[in-house]
Amino acid sequence: MGKITLSIYRRDPAVDAEGKFVDYEVPTEDGMVVLDAVKYVETNIDPTLSLRWNCKAGKCGSCSAEINYKPSLMCKTKIDTLGDHIRVAPMGAFPLIKDLVTDVSANWDLLKKIPIFTPRKDEPKPWIIAQIDIERSKEFKTCIECFLCQDVCHVVREHSGSGYFGPRHIVKAASADMHPLDTIDRSEFLDASAGLGYCNITKCCTEVCPEGIHITDNAIIPEKERAVNAFYDPISIIVRSRRKKKEAKNNGKQ
Amino acid sequence: MTEKYIDYETDVLIIGAGGAGLRAAIAAYDSGVRVTVVSKSLLGKAHTVMAEGGIAASLGNLDKQDNWEVHFNDTVVEGVYISNWRMAELLAREAPDRVYELEEYGALFDRTPEGKISQRAFGAHTYRRLCHVGDRTGLELIKTLEDQVLHRDVKFFDELYITKLLKNGDKVIGAVGLKLNSGEFYVFRAKAVIVATGGCGRIYKITSNSWESTGDGLGLAFNAGAELMDMEMIQFHPTGMVYPPGVRGLLVTEGVRGDGGILLNSEGERFMLRYSPKKKDLDARDIVARANYAEIMAGRGTPHGGVYLDITHKGADYIKTKLPSMYAQFKDFAGVDITKEKMEVAPTVHYQMGGIKVDPDTTRTNVNGLFAAGEVASGLHGGNRLGGNSLADILVFGRRSGLGASDYSKNATFQEPSKTDIENEIARVKSFMKQDARNPYEIIEELSQNMSDNVGIIRTETNLQKALITILELKGAASSVGVRGDLKYNKGLLACLEIPNMLIAAEAIVRGALTRKESRGAHARSDFPKKDPKLKKNIIYKRMGDEMKLELRDVPEMPENLKKLVDPEEY
Ligand SMILES: Cc1cc2nc3c(=O)[nH]c(=O)nc-3n(C[C@H](O)[C@H](O)[C@H](O)COP(=O)(O)OP(=O)(O)OC[C@H]3O[C@@H](n4cnc5c(N)ncnc54)[C@H](O)[C@@H]3O)c2cc1C
Ligand code: SF4
Ligand code: SF4
Ligand code: FES
Repeated sequence: MGKITLSIYRRDPAVDAEGKFVDYEVPTEDGMVVLDAVKYVETNIDPTLSLRWNCKAGKCGSCSAEINYKPSLMCKTKIDTLGDHIRVAPMGAFPLIKDLVTDVSANWDLLKKIPIFTPRKDEPKPWIIAQIDIERSKEFKTCIECFLCQDVCHVVREHSGSGYFGPRHIVKAASADMHPLDTIDRSEFLDASAGLGYCNITKCCTEVCPEGIHITDNAIIPEKERAVNAFYDPISIIVRSRRKKKEAKNNGKQ
Repeated sequence: MTEKYIDYETDVLIIGAGGAGLRAAIAAYDSGVRVTVVSKSLLGKAHTVMAEGGIAASLGNLDKQDNWEVHFNDTVVEGVYISNWRMAELLAREAPDRVYELEEYGALFDRTPEGKISQRAFGAHTYRRLCHVGDRTGLELIKTLEDQVLHRDVKFFDELYITKLLKNGDKVIGAVGLKLNSGEFYVFRAKAVIVATGGCGRIYKITSNSWESTGDGLGLAFNAGAELMDMEMIQFHPTGMVYPPGVRGLLVTEGVRGDGGILLNSEGERFMLRYSPKKKDLDARDIVARANYAEIMAGRGTPHGGVYLDITHKGADYIKTKLPSMYAQFKDFAGVDITKEKMEVAPTVHYQMGGIKVDPDTTRTNVNGLFAAGEVASGLHGGNRLGGNSLADILVFGRRSGLGASDYSKNATFQEPSKTDIENEIARVKSFMKQDARNPYEIIEELSQNMSDNVGIIRTETNLQKALITILELKGAASSVGVRGDLKYNKGLLACLEIPNMLIAAEAIVRGALTRKESRGAHARSDFPKKDPKLKKNIIYKRMGDEMKLELRDVPEMPENLKKLVDPEEY
């Protein structure tokens, strides 16, 4: 059994003008993750330390933090990959509540604005859907709402006035858009209201996603392309409007 | 001194935002009342998010012979004949509709080659019955419901911890809570309250449960006069991870066995052939968990004190598509590639079958204005829960509780809570803010170690008595805990507030286990190894003054038409 030094960011904005990093010495165990170490501090050294976690299994997305400057899940980051001095800070893109806990509630306000999954009304029930048709949407459904992608996105971080919803929300919209029975095209909404145009495809979000979702390639770029086609390409506008008319006619027949 | 708090009014207050709470919110809102949901963690993060294997519903998509009657029989038989027949009937009949409805809300289930919802085999289900989304069914369920709730005008307070239910005479009329991020107190005035706070697995040391599962709802309801039932029935899941130490207890889904995984001891023997020649690795959880335990105790365990679970023979492609999150879990946390190596597993505390006693159709409790649904409610699972029946439970009875509470609230009026009650409660919460108090985590550590050591998978009179003494001592010590800092986002304070609830759960489990002098379902006593016909009863727990009183009550008699569907009980 060895030991590590854990530097944890401490600040209560109501009391402290500035935050500071406090060092704690923590004994290590085989297979230990950063969350184990932080919880060691909480239970044995200072119970007033504020942190957020829930499942300790990489499934709930509660324990997001910046570990050695990289947005990561505390419960999925192994100690032995990091050396014996580890720095844990809260996510910088969100207002601080206390210590490692940030206010991520704005994300749910954005989710409320994304048009909800709206299935075809006349589809015979129970629905028949081929496995292959669910695959695209399925990738996005693995999102655990850890908001690490939001944290790393420089548009969200540095241009809060841009109105850009951020990668998590494009993934959410894409998951509904790519549902085989959905009837709404959200790309127009993403372009006009969610600031998708601000994303310049740096792929930082994709790099930090603990679920390995190809956020940029599979969600952002296709949604951008759809929006561009819909808005700016005269030929596809004609094709789309014809297709919609045809669909409407077919639906009418059923 | 008058305490400051924020006053809030709603028709239906739902405590808990797991699957049960969120489904209840949708039902209540759609029936036309004002709905407020509170949860102690963030929206979408509740324990339900961890569920893996699937939702049990007899769609008959793979096995045409399946129908609600078979599901009903499986549920009653594996519950060892003490579950409530009406709840089992409602579950079996309504689960398919709830699954289709979830699909129409946007959930995308895996498909059969014909494009229907795919169903996998699970322990003690006669047919392949579990509708699933890979091995992340809980995530899909909760995100789908979250989206529906967000797009309705449901008021949501997350990271708000309810500390007490408020009463007027014999009625529940609201609740007091602490908002963690601001440290402010809230008083909710409500016509009806639904408790949907999940289980109490965290009172054990080795558990698959998330941090939320501290038995809060049991404590809240019990203190408000509600009856609890069959608390001794704690489910040990046969396969928790055993190594490394930090992930001890983390669940390995039954889907692994459902999809062909087999259990082996250190001698390479497929020992389930000995314990259960017919159902083998896919027998009910109580049987497989005890078999694993027996093998480990007999010295045929693995180096880290488990048994082996092997699915390598299925091939890498199959494993990665059917069990993607198990593959990742072992790779990330244990450094084990389950397509090439065997997993090491041992029993882990997983689910409470007991809980608040409810009326099957409306989920109302014996206290007016108080309803309960999900893992915190009891009756459906009896002595043993079938895998997949919990996600079905939270959808079926979550919806029913939303409707039940909404109906009730339409005929109820708001009542003014007593100022003294509110002030006393706020003062109680604040009393934990003190210097030089006992660290709450010490008590939790002692309690959970005590439960794991003495109230485990095999119980004896001696161990149970020992456990009870420790619990009563800890009850005495519970008021001496405290923390520094202030009310805002103070997890240590939260621990102080959870302890009394954890102790109520623990005391009930132990007292029930002492009373049930037989072995039935999840409850096994080495000093009473047989099932006793005289104890085909439910155990009821009630608060009398400061005491917990127990009573044996007959299991409600099944009507003839249902009796015909069920294999008769054998002794
Ligand atoms: C790893 C794992 C895998 C599982 N797999 C399956 C499966 O495949 N199939 C299946 O059927 N079941 C499965 N289960 C069981 C199932 O997930 C749970 O039984 C079910 O999700 C419980 O749901 P619930 O809505 O009752 O409560 P929970 O999801 O536990 O939600 C409880 C809610 O109450 C809130 N709360 C608690 N106390 C308070 C308080 N004092 N104040 C305010 N809010 C409070 C919490 O914040 C939370 O929102 C699994 C469980 C685990 C742990
Ligand atoms: S790719 Fe777009 S969304 Fe992702 S980090 Fe870069 S700018 Fe942000
Ligand atoms: S897309 Fe990935 S990084 Fe972003 S919130 Fe979802 S899981 Fe987290
Ligand atoms: S605690 Fe759930 S993801 Fe880390």
